[in-house]
Amino acid sequence: MSMQTVGRPTRPEAVAADASAASLSGGHGLQQDEPLIFELGGWEKTGVDLPAPDADASDLGDLARTTPIGLPGLSEPETVRHYVRLSQKNHAIDLALYPLGSCTMKHNPRLNEKVARLAGFADLHPLQPVSTTQGALELMDRLAHWLKTLTGLPAVALPPKAGAHGELCGLLAIRAAHEAAGHGHRRQVLVPSSAHGTNPATAAFVGYSVTEIAQTADGRVDLADLAAKLGPEVAAIMVTNPNTCGLFERDIIEIARLTHQAGAYFYCDGANFNAIVGRVRPGDLGVDAMHINLHKTFSTPHGGGGPGAGPVVMSQALAPFAPAPWVTHGPDGLSLTEEAVGEAVQAFGRMCAFHGQMGMFVRAYAYMRSHGADGLRQVAEDAVLNANYVKARLSGEMSAAFPDGPCMHEALFDDAWLEGTGVTTLDFAKAMIDEGFHPMTMYFPLVVHGAMLIEPTETESKAELDRFCEALLQLARAAKAGEAERFKAAPRLAPLRRLDETLAARKPRLTWRPDAPTVAPTPLAAE
Amino acid sequence: MRFTKDHEWVEVAGEVATVGITAYAAEQLGDVVFVETPDVGRQVKAGDSFAVVESVKAASDVYAPVSGEVVESNGEVADAPETVNASPEAAGWFAKIKLANPAEVDALMDRPAYEAFLQTL
Amino acid sequence: MRYLPLTPADRAEMLAVIEAPDIDALFKDVPAAARAKDLFDLPLHAGELEVERELSALAGRNRAAGAGPFFCGAGAYRHHVPATVDHIIQRSEFLTSYTPYQPEIAQGTLQVLFEFQTQVAALTGLEVANASMYDGSTACAEAVMMAQRVTRREKAILSGGLHPHYAATTQTIAHAEGMEIVRLPAAVDAEAAVLDVLDAETACVVVQTPNVFGVATDVTRIAEAAHAAGALLIVVTTEAVSFGLLKSPGEMGADIAVAEGQSIGNSLNFGGPYVGLFAAREKLLRQMPGRLCGETVDAEGRRGFVLTLSTREQHIRREKATSNICTNSGLCALAFSIHLSLLGEAGLRQLAELNHARARELKTALTAVPGLEVLTPRFFNEIAVRLPRPAAEVVEACLADGVVAGVPFSRLNPAGGMDEVLLIAATETTTIQDIAALARALTRSLGR
Repeated sequence: MSMQTVGRPTRPEAVAADASAASLSGGHGLQQDEPLIFELGGWEKTGVDLPAPDADASDLGDLARTTPIGLPGLSEPETVRHYVRLSQKNHAIDLALYPLGSCTMKHNPRLNEKVARLAGFADLHPLQPVSTTQGALELMDRLAHWLKTLTGLPAVALPPKAGAHGELCGLLAIRAAHEAAGHGHRRQVLVPSSAHGTNPATAAFVGYSVTEIAQTADGRVDLADLAAKLGPEVAAIMVTNPNTCGLFERDIIEIARLTHQAGAYFYCDGANFNAIVGRVRPGDLGVDAMHINLHKTFSTPHGGGGPGAGPVVMSQALAPFAPAPWVTHGPDGLSLTEEAVGEAVQAFGRMCAFHGQMGMFVRAYAYMRSHGADGLRQVAEDAVLNANYVKARLSGEMSAAFPDGPCMHEALFDDAWLEGTGVTTLDFAKAMIDEGFHPMTMYFPLVVHGAMLIEPTETESKAELDRFCEALLQLARAAKAGEAERFKAAPRLAPLRRLDETLAARKPRLTWRPDAPTVAPTPLAAE
Repeated sequence: MRFTKDHEWVEVAGEVATVGITAYAAEQLGDVVFVETPDVGRQVKAGDSFAVVESVKAASDVYAPVSGEVVESNGEVADAPETVNASPEAAGWFAKIKLANPAEVDALMDRPAYEAFLQTL
Repeated sequence: MRYLPLTPADRAEMLAVIEAPDIDALFKDVPAAARAKDLFDLPLHAGELEVERELSALAGRNRAAGAGPFFCGAGAYRHHVPATVDHIIQRSEFLTSYTPYQPEIAQGTLQVLFEFQTQVAALTGLEVANASMYDGSTACAEAVMMAQRVTRREKAILSGGLHPHYAATTQTIAHAEGMEIVRLPAAVDAEAAVLDVLDAETACVVVQTPNVFGVATDVTRIAEAAHAAGALLIVVTTEAVSFGLLKSPGEMGADIAVAEGQSIGNSLNFGGPYVGLFAAREKLLRQMPGRLCGETVDAEGRRGFVLTLSTREQHIRREKATSNICTNSGLCALAFSIHLSLLGEAGLRQLAELNHARARELKTALTAVPGLEVLTPRFFNEIAVRLPRPAAEVVEACLADGVVAGVPFSRLNPAGGMDEVLLIAATETTTIQDIAALARALTRSLGR
């Protein structure tokens, strides 16, 4: 079998609750234990006052639903309490430095939230007559201009709804370009072994076979291996720059040259754009297409897992194949080209309904205008400075995966320094929780053993960086001093202890089911 | 019992080989949460990926150690994947293959050779 | 710069700790030819006041849907979202948190996802639902891919009532995967026509109810025929409020139900961000795309929730993943769930009845407009009408009277040969006066 070395314990040892600090009724100071809405008993309640309808549904006949749905309802005060109590169990950027490498957990400006909620943006239907949406189209156009100028590429496809969706868009454009040129036989994509999982997943989705490019000892793409693997069957390479080890690919221009010489396209994963925005243009490096995660570099909120936005900038060669729709300038003002006809006939098709993540466009544009060309350049510089500062401060106790030379916006450590302590990367991460910090990205990239990827971002003060480094240094010393128990038992101060992921996977329970059917209507189809 | 370098084991009885993953592999995987066994009737060549074993954090391909036709699939590991952890080299078998080329088995490692191989990892 | 906490003194101190002479030293790996020495040709930084001014000016050049009588639907619907919803989703712990990969400190997000999954399963009448997809259209495409994996067949049949954007999105993805898509010509009330093309190579048939023409269909018979041929039935819904009144996809025999959830909890937002709902029969669970949240216990035996069955996903399976999807639509799913919790069973039902009642009033008013033919027999809250002139022209004329009359079908499908068809939606935000204004405007424009 193919041995995966990332397998690690997913079922915690059972522990007894710490009885000494227990309350009498089960409360926890400022925190509450909150049941599921299905357990709050509000099957007839509603928190919305609606007028009575003045017609019935008799015209629907047997199309009308006759069985209960099984939805609980709450009054407004109960609803607010339920969700506020739940919110208190989440860590967030607004609480502390959130060092998730490759996620760019920067501050989410509240101005962006305000302007996104202006009625002229929020209460706008995508299919209203375009004469009534000129301001929205203008914003999309201005955003496109900023993205093109910052990246040095002449075209941009705005519709993709997330980074992975953008990767898909880029590869589909590449595939369409090859087919148009009679090179449809090119079915291979080269991807470094350090790549984010979405890269090979996307390539496979588009029908390509994926071949790995080796990495050098200093964490970069192995040029000789790349040159050997490029050939007439290769459609594209997918490279992240700076790469997932937090390092700038020094040979990037040569990588692009070799790729183009072999007749392939260079797709760049733009997840790490925060390190170079305002200082380096991917177009100058030879990139043909790159998605930009607006929820990373351009501060749109992560929202507990989305929504994101992943517009794709494209070279002149790929531009004709960008998907509809896009903003066009006409004699009567701005409009949208929504179909692949006429001049747009080569567009490979639609990525999704409507025009893209307008709500995120407004936020990202407000962010760009707030920072400006000078502010964005400072963003990249401070992001890189902060990461190198963390790397320098931690390298005394922890082993940097690539100690020679500077890193970019994120610092990568391996677990060599934990050898002999009995403490794993996972244990270390859980102990960080007790210190008040969300763990860094762990076990990614896969090419480094026990990887710990730390990306502070530019919106951290020196005080917060020092607080973070102090906590990690103390933890590191504790691990080396043999205090393994502290790490194995962590987290102890979080709302819950470690969770049994084995149980969750072996016996999936993905919806609430009533144990006692008499207390609620039967909600779901039979098992 | 014979072993492959990819940590599969083979136990032959007459024309039929029972196949599974070794105790070493099961331990490396951690808690097994799901096993995808091959359909009965499937033809496999030695080296083909013919099953998948999953832990929470990883999915691993299992390669057929021998060529032939799958004549039985172990329903028990489908219902109770923990069987692979509890008894990887007995009750946790994956499939039975009717051997197309019995000589293939001779080329595999015996237990002392496999144990020695594990020392080199 | 208000978002950058480092001072020049901080930077100097930090450079000293790093032992770098200046910031450029940290960028030494960038090829000299690619180092931008000057600032890019873009405006410099701006204060809140200035940015707000520019954005307000841009917003002011749009006519908000609430500015007057408004009847656009066609996959996005104007509903009233209670103030509580927007207030809660802006709480720091929801807005600025990440994907719940460390479950001990993400139980807020995880419990919401579990509740959301349960609500979606209940609405669709199916057994399992995922933690949301980008939107209804990509959920539809993913459902077709899932049917291909489950049946190992290569053909999908899309009804003539499926939203053209959904059909186009599905075609794009399916083409990439090498599937054959049979897209039936646009047809107002012919979901069952998919059965005419059904054969032994069909992985799935995709129908929409209410469809893009507003027509509500009982698809039970379609389910039976599809199953008899070994194919799956995928049911698409673009107006989530309809689940409060109509028979659910699961009840009618759907194997997979996908929907656009925007109508509940989320504003129109000019097309995004929205939230895709995805539910399926339990036996198909392992082929489902997207994130899944499951129940478990912690080391002390307390109940908790975790992301689970991750081995289907890109970060583990990489090229063998069920999808390449990484994010879901977290905050929009939260908004959906909060609104649905506020509504509850009784509230959703009443909201749905209100929508339907308004649409009945709409139909009555439209029937009285000379020259206009109502095409939709049974509807939830959207009606298709045929006009004696191209609908796009009529919409422009009504706009001059201050009424946004609806969506011309030609906007969605210019080559569909239905230029005279107009899609008109009414919701609980539509007033009697709005309907009267629409009728007057239509009568005037058709009278010319």
